[in-house]
Amino acid sequence: MSTTTDTRPTGGPAPGGERSRDERLTHTSPLRKLLSRPELGSVVGALAVLVFFAVAADGFLRPASISTVLYASSTIGIMAVPVALLMIGGEFDLSAGVMVTSSALISSMFSYQMTANIWVGAGVSLLATLAVGAFNGFVLTRTKLPSFIVTLGTFLMLTGMNLGFTKLIDGTVSTKSIGDMEGFPSAHAVFASTLSLGGVDLKVTVLWWLGLVALASWVLLRTRVGNWIFAVGGNEDAARAVGVPVAKTKIGLYMGVAFGAWVSGQHLLFSFDTVQSGEGVGNELIYIIAAVIGGCLITGGYGSAVGSAVGALLFGMTSKGIVFAEWNPDWFKFFLGAMLLLATLLNTWVRKRAEATK
Amino acid sequence: MARFQNRVGMTVAGAFALLACVSLTACSSTGGKKAEDARKAATAQGRAAVSTPRWTIAMITHSGDGDTFWDIVQSGAKQAAVKDNINFLYSHDDEAQQQAQLVDAAIDKKVDGIIVSLAKPDALKAAVARARKAGIPVVTVNSGSAQSKAFGALSHIGQDETIAGEAVGEELNKRGRKNALCVLHEQGNVGHEQRCDGVEKTFKGKVRKLYVNGTNMPDVQSAVGAKLQADRDVDAVVTLGAPYADTVVKAKEDAGSKAEVDTFDLNAKVAAELKDGTLGFAVDQQPYLQGYEAVDLLWLYKYNGDVLGGGKPVLTGPQIITKDQAGALAAYTDRGTR
Repeated sequence: MSTTTDTRPTGGPAPGGERSRDERLTHTSPLRKLLSRPELGSVVGALAVLVFFAVAADGFLRPASISTVLYASSTIGIMAVPVALLMIGGEFDLSAGVMVTSSALISSMFSYQMTANIWVGAGVSLLATLAVGAFNGFVLTRTKLPSFIVTLGTFLMLTGMNLGFTKLIDGTVSTKSIGDMEGFPSAHAVFASTLSLGGVDLKVTVLWWLGLVALASWVLLRTRVGNWIFAVGGNEDAARAVGVPVAKTKIGLYMGVAFGAWVSGQHLLFSFDTVQSGEGVGNELIYIIAAVIGGCLITGGYGSAVGSAVGALLFGMTSKGIVFAEWNPDWFKFFLGAMLLLATLLNTWVRKRAEATK
Repeated sequence: MARFQNRVGMTVAGAFALLACVSLTACSSTGGKKAEDARKAATAQGRAAVSTPRWTIAMITHSGDGDTFWDIVQSGAKQAAVKDNINFLYSHDDEAQQQAQLVDAAIDKKVDGIIVSLAKPDALKAAVARARKAGIPVVTVNSGSAQSKAFGALSHIGQDETIAGEAVGEELNKRGRKNALCVLHEQGNVGHEQRCDGVEKTFKGKVRKLYVNGTNMPDVQSAVGAKLQADRDVDAVVTLGAPYADTVVKAKEDAGSKAEVDTFDLNAKVAAELKDGTLGFAVDQQPYLQGYEAVDLLWLYKYNGDVLGGGKPVLTGPQIITKDQAGALAAYTDRGTR
């Protein structure tokens, strides 16, 4: 594009003239920039919840309690990051919850049955899980069915396969222990170890989580792929018209979710060394909730990776805070639902204010 | 318009009934809240019977939301807590990872004792070890009898699922059954598998397994109904939870099957149906006892260093309940302690 022909439509602003009227070049104050961040509402919510439980729950701010809360948040957060990216891209993944279990099962059973090094099983599991993600994206882009339907199908199929294959191969409903096999210690160190930092035990999943958040933020805000994600979520047809590879982007996003499921699945496996085949059902909604609390729009085109992390933290603080506060756990889901509504309302309100003052 | 009139009519009728109830005491003389309150008054309550300090004990189970069985375990635990002057905390999650995190939360709170169910033992191994390291005594309850000692728990109180299954198999032999159907309502529950395998071990006839979605009763009914229609020679259906027995009875009637329905665990409905012969027998593991004893064992340990069981599980079942014993139990199931 080195031609210098003027392709401005007639009546457009002349070059050099009225430059300041161009909205892309107007100077925005730092405060307004902050106000227009998708995660602002959730940060306010998270601070409110933190202060609330610090007062209401005895021992909530003890180092040990904080590490428990961070661990609980990270197990959700690792999945909430790719799920948030996918939602920014305008799609859903209902199979994300059971995919975690599938990934752990494949890894465990392959290593055990082949008597292979643990890392071989983990590698096979990575490929298989990525294949499931690619399948989701491929079916979605080819059939033009809504992602809700496609991934609901995958969700049910995976749920059945988890139990069916485990029973078929192991003869029971949980996998056999692989704790005594070669490669287990190193895999445990990578996926499930605990680091002591100045008296606080930090699970390695927290590092994975922060790493994924950083990576996803960089992709979203600093790369061409990030622009594509926002574009396909904002308006698919317009994105296609300007040359964004829509199908590739969506398949990539689903594979991102699959990668997250692989990391979470390996964590499950290596922290417990056996896996129950029936677990993971329902967690996909928790990941979506975390992303939505963090400012992702259900309709796509808007959100952030940092927001999903804050959403996961909110979830972790609430779920464990209720325990620390010694409340009746029967009401847990009620509080969660109320919190979801409040956080999302706050998000919308903050965003509307930010847009109005532009 | 007709709908609107209908609604007005309903409202008026409802208001009238309420008025009548208040003014003419046209209320039910049987059942309802009054009868329940009368039954509640018959349950033990009271004040602490000891002068030990107010210890805090946390119970963390693998129960899902709103589980009848665990409700009974809890009421036993609460009763013991009242008696032993204990601050009793209860939390639960059916996901192993979440349950382990809840145990961690209890350790963070520096409780004086932990009661935990080991339905997914490997997932909770590390959490129990952390509790032991923090010097908190642990009692395991309900499931995990094989791992309890190895994990460093004081005692295990519960039922050995395989032994319970074997008892069912023997009872079915006694009743001259040939083809049993074992209905598993929870995908991935090791204890359930053990129950069915136990039945298979001692039962001289054939055992088939059927997996159903336990969170969806109509689904359970239609799945079992379909199986009974397809498999005409099934003459005994064994359900693994009390709420499912009645559902299977309905499915059996729909399918026109002659199979006898038997179940693990008790509830008010099961007791009533045992009494009137709708159900064959039930295998009870006395959940009230599990909760009560778990709290009491921790109290005994803190107070007197006592440990029960000598490293072997303390069994609360199986207890086979037939028509003969059901009558006596009805009062207890009604008030929610059996």
